[in-house]
Amino acid sequence: MTDTPVQIFRDSDTDRGFRMKWWASRTAIYGVLAFWAVICLFPIYWTATTSLKMAPNVMQGQMVPFPQSWTPEGDWAKKLFYAPKWKGWESIGLSPQTLSQESTVRAEFLKRFGNSTIVALVSSTLAVVLGAMAAYGLSRFRYKWAWLKNDDILFFFLSQLILPPVVLALPFLVLYKELALLDTRIGLILLYTLSVLPIVIWIMKDQFETIPTELEEAALVDGLSIWGAFLTIIVPIALPGMVAAFILSLVLTWNEYFFAALLTSTHANTLPVMVASQTGSQGINWWSMAALSFAAILPLIVIGVVLERFIIKGMAAGAVK
Amino acid sequence: MSVMSGSDQLHVVTSDDITPGRVRFGKSLVWGAAAVLALVALAQFAQTAGWYDFGFDTWRPTLYAYCLWATALCWAQVITRGEHGKRTLFVLPAALFVISLTVFPLLFGLIIAFSNWNLSSLSGRQFNGVANLVQMWNDPFYWNALGNMVIYVLAILVEYAIAFGLALILAGQIRARKFWRVAFLMPLMLSPVAVSWMIGKSMLEPRFGPLARLARSLGIENPSFFESPWMAKLTIMVLDAWTFIPFMMIMLLAGLQAIPKELQEASRVDGATGWKSFWEITFPLMLPVSVTAILIRIIFKLKLADIVITVTSGGPGGATDTVTSFIFREYRERSNVGYGTMLAMVYLVLIVIAMTVLMKFANRLTKPRT
Repeated sequence: MTDTPVQIFRDSDTDRGFRMKWWASRTAIYGVLAFWAVICLFPIYWTATTSLKMAPNVMQGQMVPFPQSWTPEGDWAKKLFYAPKWKGWESIGLSPQTLSQESTVRAEFLKRFGNSTIVALVSSTLAVVLGAMAAYGLSRFRYKWAWLKNDDILFFFLSQLILPPVVLALPFLVLYKELALLDTRIGLILLYTLSVLPIVIWIMKDQFETIPTELEEAALVDGLSIWGAFLTIIVPIALPGMVAAFILSLVLTWNEYFFAALLTSTHANTLPVMVASQTGSQGINWWSMAALSFAAILPLIVIGVVLERFIIKGMAAGAVK
Repeated sequence: MSVMSGSDQLHVVTSDDITPGRVRFGKSLVWGAAAVLALVALAQFAQTAGWYDFGFDTWRPTLYAYCLWATALCWAQVITRGEHGKRTLFVLPAALFVISLTVFPLLFGLIIAFSNWNLSSLSGRQFNGVANLVQMWNDPFYWNALGNMVIYVLAILVEYAIAFGLALILAGQIRARKFWRVAFLMPLMLSPVAVSWMIGKSMLEPRFGPLARLARSLGIENPSFFESPWMAKLTIMVLDAWTFIPFMMIMLLAGLQAIPKELQEASRVDGATGWKSFWEITFPLMLPVSVTAILIRIIFKLKLADIVITVTSGGPGGATDTVTSFIFREYRERSNVGYGTMLAMVYLVLIVIAMTVLMKFANRLTKPRT
C-alpha cells in the first residue's frame, strides 16, 4: 500500500526531467531559428529603414522609424527612434511628394527597371521554352547524333554550368561590337538565356521523368501528333515544374551583374549596374542608396514571399533521385 | 546528374512515306540557306577587307543569314525525315542555340587569347604567340587570385555545415515552418550588387554601420572589416555565404524530407539517439544529396565576382580578388582583351580539370558500397 505514492513520485520525477529536456531543446531550436532569421532579415530591415533616414539619424545610429508626435520622452527613446523622412525616396523620384511631379531621376530609374524587367522576363521565357523542349526530347526519345547519345547530349547541356562567365565575356564583347549588339537588350537576353538554360533543362528533365509515357501513348493512338501530345497533354501537367524553372531563371537573370556591367553602357543598363555605379561614387547619401537598393530588391522579395514553394521545388529538383 | 534508363522512353512505330522529291526539297533548303550564309559572310569579309562596298556596316547581315540557315535546318528535319525529324526538333533548337553561343565564341576566344588586342587603340588585333602566357606566368596577381579561389572554395565546407544544421532544424517538428523557410530563403533572392551595398558598404561601415557599432560595444576598438587582407577575405566569404547558404539549405532539406520516416523510427527502436542516429543513418543517406549540393555550390563559387567587384574591387592589395573580378579589372584598366581572354581560358582549363577530378572523387564517395 505504501509503495504506490513512492511509485508515483518516482514517475513524475523522470517525467519532469524529460519535460525539462524537451523544453530545453525547444528553446534551443527556436533560439537558433530566431537568430538565423534575424541574420537573414536584418539587412533588409536595415535597408528599408535607412531609406527613411537623414544624416543625423545615420550618425546617431537610431534604428526604428517612429512618428515624432508619438515618440515617448527619455534618452532611450532618442537613441532608438527617429522621425522618418522621405529624403531617400525623393532622390529617385518615388516619394509621395515627387510622385506626381515630372522627375528625371525617376525616369532614369524606371528606364533601368524596365530594362531589367524586359531582359529577365524575355530571357527566362526563352530559356524555359527551349529548355522544356530539349528536356522533353531527351527524356522521351533516343537520339544518336554522330557519336553523341542522349546522355552525352544532356551532359553537353549541363556542362555549360561549369563555364565561368568570364571566359565568354571578352569574346562576346568583341563579337557584339562587330554585330552592333553592344549595349542592346537583345544581346543581354541571348547571354542570359544561355546562362540559365542548363538549370532549366535540369529541372524540366526531372519533371518530365515523373510523367508516365502511357499518357502520350494514349494520345498518339487517339491521333494526336507528337507535338500535339506534347503541347496539349504534357505541358499542362509539367506546368508546376516550368513555373519553378521560370521563377528561378527570373531571380538569376534579374540579379546578374557581370555581363550587364561589361556589355552595356547607356541604353540597356539593368538595375544592378545602376546600383553598382552609385556605390562607386563617393559622397553618395546613404538614404538615397538605401532607397535605390530597396527598390531594386523589392520585386524579388515579393516574388520570394508569394512564390516560395515554386522556388524551393525548382531547387530541390535533381537533389533527390 | 542522372543516368537515363532506356525503359521509360516512348516507342512509337511510325510510317512516313517521304517522296524523293520532298527529300530533295529539304536538302536544297538547307544547302540554299547555307549558300546564302556563305555569300553574305563573303561579302562582309570583302567589305571589311576593303575590296568592295556592299553597304554592310556591321556583321549583322551575317547574323541574320545564320538565323535563316538555322531555321532552314530545323524545318528541313521535318521535311526530309518526317516523324523522326519532328522528334529531333525538340532538342535541335536548344542545341543550335548553345553551340552558336558557346562553341563559336570559345573558338573565337582562342584566337583572341593568343593576340595583343587593345580595343581602344586603332591598331587592331596583333598575333603575339605565347607572349600572353609568359606574361600570365609572371603575373603575381593572377596566381594570387587563383590562390584566393582555393580558399574561397574551401569555405564551402563551413557553409555546408551551417546549411545542414539549418536543414535539420527545418525538417524537424517546428511551428510556423513556412515562415522560417521564407525568411531563410530571402538572402538568395536579393541581387548581390544590392547586398554588397546593404551589408558590405553600409552595415560594415566602420563609423556608422550597425555591425561596427556592435563590434565597438563588444569592446573592439576601431573595427574595420576590409583593412587587413585576411579580415577582408573573411568578410567577403561571409557575404557570399550569406547569399548562398539558403541554396544549399533547400537542397539538403529536400534530401532530408525524402528519407523514409521508417528508417529513422527503426533506428530509434534499436536505441540509437541523437548524434548516433545522425552519423549512422541520416548522414550516410544524405551523402549523394550533399555531394550534389556541394558540387553545384563550387560551380557557383567559381563564378564569384559581383560582390568583390562592388565592395572591395579586389583590395586590399588583391587580397580579396577572384579570378573573374581580377580579369574584369584588368580589362577595365587596360582594355586589352587578348590578355584577359588568355587568363580566362587558363582558368577554364583549370576548372575543367578540377571539376573532373572532383566528380570522379564524388562518384567514388557516393557509390563505394557494393
